[in-house]
This record gives sequence, C-alpha cells and structure tokens, in this order.
Amino acid sequence: MSFFRKKVYACSGFYTVSLGTGRKEFHPKKPRPGIEHYIKEAGLGVIEQISNPEHIDEGIIGNFIASRFCHQGNLGGFFPMVHDTFQYKPCMRVEGACDSGGLALAAAVKTVLADIADVVMCLGVEVQNTVKAVYGADYLAAAGWYSGERKQGHAYFFPDQFSQRAGACFDKFGYDRVRPGMARWYVNAIENARKNPKAQEYHNKNSDLNGTGMTSPNPKAFCEYINVFDCSKVSDGAAGLLFASERGLEKIGVSKNDAVEVIAYAQVQDNLTTPPPDLTKLTTCEMAAKRAYERAGIQPKDLGVLEVHDCFTVAGLLAVEAAGLAGYGEGADFVKDGNTSLDGLIPTNTSGGLIGYGHPTGATGVRQAVDIVHQLSGKAGEYQVEISSERPYGMLSSMGGNDKTVVAMIFKKTE
Amino acid sequence: MDLDQRLQNVTIIGAAGKMGSGIGVLIAQEMARLKLVPENKGNIYRLNLVDVSEEALDGLRAYMKAQLVKAGEKSTVMLRELYRHRKDLVENSDIINAFVDDSTSVLNYSTDLGIAAKSHLIFEAIFENEKVKIKIYKKLNRMCSKDTLYLTNTSSIPIGYLDDSAGLGGRLIGYHFYNPPVVQRLVEVIAAKNTTEELKAVAGELGKRLRKKLVPANDISGFIGNGHFIRDGLHGIAEVDRLKAKFRYPGAVYAVNRITQDFLVRPMGIFQLIDYVGIDVFQCILKVMRTHLPDDSLRSKLIDRMAKYKVLGGQYADGSQKDGFLKYEKNRPVGIYDLRKKEYFHISEEWRKRMDKKLGPLPDGFVPWRGLLMDSNKEEKLRQHFEKITAMDTLGAQLATAFLKKTKDIAEGLVSRGVANSGEDVNAVLMNGFFWLYGPINNYLE
Repeated sequence: MSFFRKKVYACSGFYTVSLGTGRKEFHPKKPRPGIEHYIKEAGLGVIEQISNPEHIDEGIIGNFIASRFCHQGNLGGFFPMVHDTFQYKPCMRVEGACDSGGLALAAAVKTVLADIADVVMCLGVEVQNTVKAVYGADYLAAAGWYSGERKQGHAYFFPDQFSQRAGACFDKFGYDRVRPGMARWYVNAIENARKNPKAQEYHNKNSDLNGTGMTSPNPKAFCEYINVFDCSKVSDGAAGLLFASERGLEKIGVSKNDAVEVIAYAQVQDNLTTPPPDLTKLTTCEMAAKRAYERAGIQPKDLGVLEVHDCFTVAGLLAVEAAGLAGYGEGADFVKDGNTSLDGLIPTNTSGGLIGYGHPTGATGVRQAVDIVHQLSGKAGEYQVEISSERPYGMLSSMGGNDKTVVAMIFKKTE
Repeated sequence: MDLDQRLQNVTIIGAAGKMGSGIGVLIAQEMARLKLVPENKGNIYRLNLVDVSEEALDGLRAYMKAQLVKAGEKSTVMLRELYRHRKDLVENSDIINAFVDDSTSVLNYSTDLGIAAKSHLIFEAIFENEKVKIKIYKKLNRMCSKDTLYLTNTSSIPIGYLDDSAGLGGRLIGYHFYNPPVVQRLVEVIAAKNTTEELKAVAGELGKRLRKKLVPANDISGFIGNGHFIRDGLHGIAEVDRLKAKFRYPGAVYAVNRITQDFLVRPMGIFQLIDYVGIDVFQCILKVMRTHLPDDSLRSKLIDRMAKYKVLGGQYADGSQKDGFLKYEKNRPVGIYDLRKKEYFHISEEWRKRMDKKLGPLPDGFVPWRGLLMDSNKEEKLRQHFEKITAMDTLGAQLATAFLKKTKDIAEGLVSRGVANSGEDVNAVLMNGFFWLYGPINNYLE
C-alpha cells in the first residue's frame, strides 16, 4: 500500500564529473568551469535523454551556499539558460545545507503529487573549489548554528563535529572495533570510485588503501579523532533527473522500463539550536528511514541497494545503522565484514559515495537519486549490482548539518 | 636576557634577499605568537627588516604579507585557540586576517642600518662577501648593546674568522638556513671556538621554536652542506671533462646530469642543482673555500668561464629556474649551454633517445625521486634499485656506481677532516637540506 495517492517516476538521471583534488584534470591555480557550466551540463545531460523537453513543467535546484562560494544567488534563473523550455515557467532553488539536493528531490516529488506538474526537472549543484579549504570550512559551517556554535567551534567545523562523533563511538564501542570499520568504509569508497569515471577518486592508484584509511589523526593541523581520508571531498559538480507522473512519462517519451518508481519519502527536521541527543547515533536519519519504510510498506531487508550520506567515514557507519541495516553499535562490524561492498548483502554507495565520488554539497542528494535510478534500471555500468525480484527497492538518505535536516526516499524497480 | 626578551627587538640584515625574507617570515610569526600570549600584553615587539634599496623593501612588503597569510592559513587550528578571547573574530577568515595584522604590525622596513641599535638579536643574511660582512658587524658592534647576539646565514665563511675580524667576542654563531627557509626544515648550526654558551643555548631554543632540524657542523669553511655540494659539483664537472671526448661537451653534461638525477634517484641532476643555487654563487663559495682551506683543487675553469659569459642560473622571483648550464622550459631542461658557440644546444627527442641508448636503460621497476618521496617502503626500494644498478653492465650503471662511490668518499672526508661530527650529521644535511632520499654514507655498494 503506497503512501502516495498517485504514481511518481524518476528517470533520465545524469551527473557531471566531481572535480577537485584527486582528478588528473584538476589544478587549483588554473581556471575552472563556473557554476553556470555545471548547471547547464547537468540540465542538458537530462534533456538529451528525452524526446519532448517542452513538456517539462517546472525546475527545482538544490544548492547550499553558492552565495558565498560563487557570489551567486537566484539560481532558479539559470533554468531558462539551460533550455528555452523553462522560459516563464516556475523555477526555484531550495536549501537545507548538505541536504539541499535531498530537499530538491522532495520538493519535485511533492509538485508532481500535488497535480500541478506532470514533469519536474530536479537539479543540484555546488562549486566549492573557488576558495581554499580553510575558508570553505567557514562557508560550510553555516550548516550549523552560526551565533550559537561557530565561535567555540573548530577551524574545520564540520570535520570536528564528526570527529567528536568518532571519539564518542571509540569510547562506547571500542577503538579497535570502530576504527577498522571506518578504514574499510574508505577502502570501499575508493574501490567503487575506481569503477566510476566521473568520480573524484577515479584516478586513485593507492596500493594500500586500508593503511591510508588507518592513518593517525594530526590534531595540531586537523582533527582529534579523524584523518583527512575520513572526509568527503571538496568538490565542484552537478546532478539532475526528472520526476514525472504516468502521464508525464508518456509526454516526454520515456518508457516505464527506463524509469523507476518513487514509492515513498520522509522529510525530517531537527532543531538547529540544540546539540545532537546522542553522538553515537544519527537520530534524525533513523527517524527519516523509519518513516520512509512505514510509508513504503517495506523493511530494510527488502532493499537491494542503498545510498547514504557518508560525509565522513564514521557518518557512513552510523548511517547504515540509522537505515536499519545494522544494529546500534554494530555498523563498524557490519561494514568490516563486507556487507556494504558491491558484492555484499546490501551494496551501499556503489558509485563511490561522498568520499569516493565527491561531495558537491547541493548536488549530492540528487546524485544519490541518480545512482539509485541507474542501479534499479540496470544502467550503472561498471558498478552495476544485481537487483533481484525479491529485493527490487533502493533507498537514499540525504543529510544536512549534523544530523539536522534529512530526506529518505525509496525507489522501486519498475515491473 | 632570555630568548623571549631578545625576541622583542630583532633585526634582519639583507632582509629582502631570498634567505633574509624567509627568516623574516619565521621570526615575525614567532613574535606575533609571543605578542598574543596574555602575559606579554603591553610588550612592544619590533622586527627590523633592513636592506639596501627601497625598491627591494617594497618587494619584501608584498612577500611578507603573502607568506604571513599562508602561515595563518596553515595554523588556523592553533590560531583559533590564541584568539579565543576575541569575540569579534568568529570565522577562520577573521582570525587569519587578525593574525596577519598582528604580525605585520611588528615589522619595520628600513634602508638604514641604524634601526638595529636597540636589537638584542640580529640575523645577517647578505651575499657571501666576507669584507662587507665584517664591515657591517663592526658597525653594528659599535652601535648595539654589548650583549647583542648575532646569527649569520653564511654558508661558507668560517665563523671564528668573522667574529675575530669584527671583534664580537664570541657573540656570533653560524645559523645556516636552507632555501627557502619557510619550507626547508634544516638549519646548520656552526659554533666557533669562542662562541658563548649563552648564544649556543639561544640558537638551540630558537631552532625548537621555529620547528627546525638543527644539525651541528664544525667551523671549517663550507661546513657540511657546501662542503659536500661544492665537491660533488666539482666531481660532476670533472666527469664532463673526462666524458666529453666520447660524448662531445653537450652530451657529457646531459649524461652526468641524467646519471645524478635518475640513476642516483635525486630530486635533480647535479648541473640543474648548480643552476638552482646559481653559477655565480657556486663560484663565490669556491673562492671563499679556497681562501680558507689549504686545497687548491677547489676551483673550476668551466665555472669561471660560465660566470664570465654571464650564464649564471639562479631563480626568478617566483622560484622558477633561470637558464644556466641547462636551458629550462617549465623547469625541465630543454637545452645545454655550449661555451664554444655561446648558445644553447637544443635537446631534441631524437638526440635524447640516442644519448639514453648509449647510457642504457634504468633498472626494471625504476621509480623516480618524486614517486618514492612519500613511499613508506622507500628504503627497501632504494636498496633494490642500487643492487640492480651495481649488477648492471651498462655505461649508465657504471657511471652511476662510480658517482655513488665518489659522493660517499666526499661525505666520509667531511667526517675525517672534522667538518662533521659524524656520518649521521652529513646524511642529515643531505637528506633534509637537499631532499635526498638517502644519505651519501650508505652501504649500497657493499
């Protein structure tokens, strides 16, 4: 029994290369494409997969903070630049920190469900390499509570927030259990990214990934409990896909076989001004997943593929627990035992995730949806996993801030 | 007077040069750090940066600002702690800007040596000319307090000789930074016979504060760094003389440079290194060493001719390489200076291949210097590399083996002549100051 009153489909997914350190073509001192380039590349990447773009009714773009990284606001205004079809149609940008892409997905689905659009283009974008990481950390800290937290916070505000979570997990579950799990998460991320030509870590040739993952932290230059390899990348990139009703699919000439069904989502908000209730748990992510499962009428064991928000390796472990795949405190063991690998029980972040593919923040939720759509429609290329008829579902969990703003969305392979 | 007190008023002479400016950045950071400690509130800190021209000082202002911004960006974690009491500074950018303001506010730029009169610690980093250095020290000694301590960045002139000539009474120590001082960790410390214990202690403490690796060298001209480099360079030149009949002159330079870079897994070949340091600087150090050492072999007609024709190497302000023995494009050699024709011989791909064929291939599994730099297993890989080199019968391998042996002889000579206290110290200088992956005293040939 579906939570939705009508069928909603996702199709025509596309994302750009995630550009930043690690990519051979990236050079910090050389000119790079601007935010307009990424929006256009992702938008046209979607449009080129359909036959009648004039039937797209609306555009929604997720973006966190282009106003600081790129001095650019009013991103809805770039849709008509992507294609004439958007001229004088409703277009807007939504923001929820690193969950901006997730909120864009939710907004697009709502618009279709509300019967005010048959086809909505959903984009996400972020361009972050415009400043050095130490200044980018300032901008990204806006995902927390500026007047209540920033002054007391660390130079690298968000890495430190999750470093504290790692420290709390070490204390509670044991360093020797958790740390190897974090390293294994890193290994999986890079190995998956090596199969994805658009991933930031695609060119990674490191022969000792586990050793790198276990690198000792350097608190004088960075954080107390995590190293730089535990962190997602500073990335430039964009992603896009379409959400459509059944009638919408027909209008744009996409068959159901090339689309996947969106069967439920949950959008959950926690209070930005209160600290997390438990550092060893992603409480809001757990709430979102639980509601999404209830609305979809499925259980975690029914998932064939999973996308979680691994902004840090420890967040990956906690997100797997929050998604109900591993018990409380058992995420590290679950990952270390290979359950989240491409050939594991529940292949997770199959294209590299935020650590392997990259984390162009506003694009990430949309990129996750594109990967789920690709997996469920058999278009994931080198990192395609087998989707059995017993487990035809995929879920994404997109998180903003320190477990504050979350969208969980469940997709189903079409029959 | 302790180091903290001395650091309230410091002067750097020759502050706009590449060594003086780097030392300036390091000292400015340390002074800013002291200034921010609550107990030091009310203290006045001054770093006097002295050089000969206003134009040079203008360039120095821009350099100091850019370097202090970089330093702030690198140490933001620590700076957030230092500025925790400043409620108005919230973001990293606020804090970095405040640090740059605090650091630059201690700086005094001047062309007048008189500004050093109140300094208790003076760094001298002018060009390698002992007469000028002595003249400056005499002048400083007349106007500064009798407990002022002096640190010289000389890389070759004996410290005792300078001290005696200027009448400093043991208040001078050799404090030889490597280029660029902001990045390079090595400082060679050279105490003369009469250098005071107080100065030795201050030099040691300062090294810790600046997070430098201090290696002691004895007061013999050239010390360890140039003691090795200059002789290594002269050997490279002698090899060119020996090989030029067989390869012609450009071929011999190419061969020796390639052997020393690739076959010996060094950051650059010996001729590129001479160019990097500067051919005129190399010539000047040779002259100083010849003056103070009973060794007439410390001379090179080739170096003198290159200098005479103003083919000098060195670096541009942005750190890129000027042409010298080799011509560079994007810091890669593309030509070799032909003294006979007074123009650069172009290294064509075809010519390069022909030369490389004569030398023979590198051993299987060869990894260049850059590839091994961060490799945790580099010792074992180097051992295997040299094992293969010594077993190969090619011309390249033979030349490399002979060069490796000569380099080791030079290093052991520094220990036997008392320049270095130990082989470890020689290895430490080459590995930290010249970025070698291994020390010249090794057992690769055994």
